[in-house]
Amino acid sequence: MTLSSSPYVTPSASTNRIMLNVLIALVPGTIAYIWFFGVGIVVNIVFAIGFALLFESLVLWLRKRPLKPYLADYSAVVTAWLFALCIPMHSPWWLVATGIGFAMIAGKHLYGGLGFNPFNPAMVGYVVLLISFPKEMTTWFLPIQVSGESLNIAQAFAYSLGYADIQQWDALTSATPLDQYKTSLGQNMMISEIRQSPVFGDFAGLGWEWIANWWFIGGLYLLFTKTIRWHIPFGVIMGMLIPAFILYVTNPDSVASPGFHLFSGGLMLGAFFIATDPVSASTTNKGRLLYGFMIGMLVFVIRNWGGFPDGVAFAVLLANMAVPLIDYYTQPRTFGVNPPDEHH
Amino acid sequence: MSTNPTLYRFHGGLHLQDHKAESLVNPLQQASLADELVIRVSQHIGEANTPVVNVGDAVKRGQLLAESHEFVSAPVHAPASGVIKAIEARPIAHPSGQTADCFVMVPWAGEEQSQSKVAHSQDPREQLKTIRAAGIVGLGGAVFPSAAKLATALKTGIDTLIINGAECEPYITCDDSLMQHKPEDVVRGIAILQNILQPRQTLVGIEDNKAAAIQAMQQALLQSELMNTAVVSIPTLYPSGGEKQLIKILTGHEVHSGELAFDMGIFCQNVGTCSAIARAIDHHEPLISRIVTVTGPGIKNPGNWITPLGTPIRHLIELAGGYSVQQPKLIMGGPMMGLDLKSDQVPVVKATNCILVLNQEDQPEPQDCIRCGRCEQVCPAQLLPQQLYWNSHAHQFENAEQYHLFDCIECGCCSAVCPSHIPLVQYYRFAKSEIWEQRRKTYKSDRSRKRHEFREARLLKKKQMDEERRRQKREALAKKKQAEQKGAADKGTKTQNADAVQAALERVKARKKTQHIKPKNTTELTEAQQRQIDEAEARRKKITRDDS
Repeated sequence: MTLSSSPYVTPSASTNRIMLNVLIALVPGTIAYIWFFGVGIVVNIVFAIGFALLFESLVLWLRKRPLKPYLADYSAVVTAWLFALCIPMHSPWWLVATGIGFAMIAGKHLYGGLGFNPFNPAMVGYVVLLISFPKEMTTWFLPIQVSGESLNIAQAFAYSLGYADIQQWDALTSATPLDQYKTSLGQNMMISEIRQSPVFGDFAGLGWEWIANWWFIGGLYLLFTKTIRWHIPFGVIMGMLIPAFILYVTNPDSVASPGFHLFSGGLMLGAFFIATDPVSASTTNKGRLLYGFMIGMLVFVIRNWGGFPDGVAFAVLLANMAVPLIDYYTQPRTFGVNPPDEHH
Repeated sequence: MSTNPTLYRFHGGLHLQDHKAESLVNPLQQASLADELVIRVSQHIGEANTPVVNVGDAVKRGQLLAESHEFVSAPVHAPASGVIKAIEARPIAHPSGQTADCFVMVPWAGEEQSQSKVAHSQDPREQLKTIRAAGIVGLGGAVFPSAAKLATALKTGIDTLIINGAECEPYITCDDSLMQHKPEDVVRGIAILQNILQPRQTLVGIEDNKAAAIQAMQQALLQSELMNTAVVSIPTLYPSGGEKQLIKILTGHEVHSGELAFDMGIFCQNVGTCSAIARAIDHHEPLISRIVTVTGPGIKNPGNWITPLGTPIRHLIELAGGYSVQQPKLIMGGPMMGLDLKSDQVPVVKATNCILVLNQEDQPEPQDCIRCGRCEQVCPAQLLPQQLYWNSHAHQFENAEQYHLFDCIECGCCSAVCPSHIPLVQYYRFAKSEIWEQRRKTYKSDRSRKRHEFREARLLKKKQMDEERRRQKREALAKKKQAEQKGAADKGTKTQNADAVQAALERVKARKKTQHIKPKNTTELTEAQQRQIDEAEARRKKITRDDS
């Protein structure tokens, strides 16, 4: 006898569909990425997805779980894609493998697989790399619009596989705008001076600001399809904007504008795609606002006073840690339990 | 009368495809009598009924078949004239295919139905009695005996009478067709309820996807000239027909967790129940039939039938043209809260509002929860369904209770939106029944422990008393010995011995005699006293048995 219990309605949603929506929403930003930095990011994504599926299959096999339903839920693909977007373009293949391997095995499956991981797996993988391989993780390429050239797909693959003459491309690398901003501030430069560097665009990093715009548009798609709800992105953006605005107004010479912060680094991607990972995020509405706000604020704190130029990964992981507590203290008022004002 | 008061919102809910039109194409029809009726002995929530007729008896339409003298109960009557063929266990509408005692009855063919109006009492107390005798229960699905509900509500007093015509579940249209075709019955029932409860206001809540029903009800209300009574069109949003949700929508009040509606002066009754009450008072007709919707993609001609209780579902399926799919899946009730039926041989009972025939489809495999929180967004009880799920899944029932498991109304919204296709409601039902079972066990073991302690104390007391008696005896003996030793010094040894033998014989005689004599207070017992003693004896025996 098959277990059967009401409701008997055709399910309107599926995990696969949610993941697929996230992938669709990532497309515009990824295209913008290619536009500004070349096809190198595609190599990252391909390697990351390949290794993610490989490691996922391996662990599923070890755990004696069926491969098909788990591989077909696209969750590994989403993790891999996001991870690939976070690490520097033209990363060597072994760097990608190490990071995504750590994400899938330690970040996801050691906790019990999809749905059980308290930390965002992509961020776990990213942070491991950031701490272990600081040189590789800070080698970023300049936008095409600044350097005037980029690697083609064959060169990009060769570069990642270690067959290209790496010295030859050194001229194309540079610190990220956020990194430059941080170092320059450390040298007591004024914001207006820092902004003279060619890596800066209209209001944030050249190229980066537009990619961030497209992440925002992808995020709107996620909101529109109800894949995510507004609370977390809103919380992240506000958590960043409010302190940034206060500091900017009081000290515009040594603090970048809120707009700069908003469209720099991984904030926009983080707000709509990373912090919204449901598994590791808070689940109540109030909790999600708080969780998002915490991430935004932490990013701002790390960027201004921490040891790293960007802080999205650390902020997300720290907020992940607080989720059980946030969830516990932000439970909604159950219907009929201490109803508010009875008189209307 | 038709002015809409301020409406309130409840949290969550779902906009579902209503599928109401299918079964409203045909007018309300009278179902023919089946060859055999299977009438459940107990069809309500509460104490079980006992049959008052025997196998082989010829019964008349409306004749009492089974009843209980308990407060929370509702009698069952013959839905047609005929012969009781058997009283036996038959499969009933239960997900596990459980059986229950049923009258199996062969009705006479072609019996006439009396529809004449008879004189009725205006006295609320008399009306309450009639409602009880007519076996009326809540026809919205809860099947709680209406008379018990009314009597309890009378004690607290009622401010607002709410008539539930929301019918929020998809597919079901039995209340809709009742309001469309017999609104005067519903209004008459409302008038009777008003006479009994004397509420300040009466609100009839109907979802706005039932325009025809709203209009018909407004028309009937106008003609009835009932005071302070309004039809309120409410937004279509599942589960607006849930009692607590409807009360919130219409009054803004939330029934407190663990309390009932009349604790806040509100009395809720379904439109079908109103109609049944009207028929009981005006026509002296007990509850022997109800409107059943037969619908769904798996049936040829969906519609609504006035169906005698006890009609096998198979008969209704035939009236609706039969199945239109190869593998029909039968559900009693709606798609959101209905019960899975294992067979179409089960009979219609007072709770049967709808027979839904779906196509047997493969359910998607449940996946792991990704904590997306969609369940929480739709939960009308503002629960955290996901937390309830984790705790129920892990058998952490105490935690589940802290997350207000018992405020869950099992509406199924959470399961319906779950992208991982987890049968959430099933987990909550499981957790609830486990908790009830645990409570039963705790109650039982508490009682046994108390009994055991009592017994220990009793035995200890007896032991102490025995000891005391023995001590007294020893003392007495010692005194006697002393006295005898004194006497022995005076008399000879021979006579002393003979005296001792004589005395012993006397003692034995005396003891034998006393054994036949009962204590004086038990010689002249009345029958009642003797019964009490016997009962006490039986209890004592049972206790000693239980304890050992």
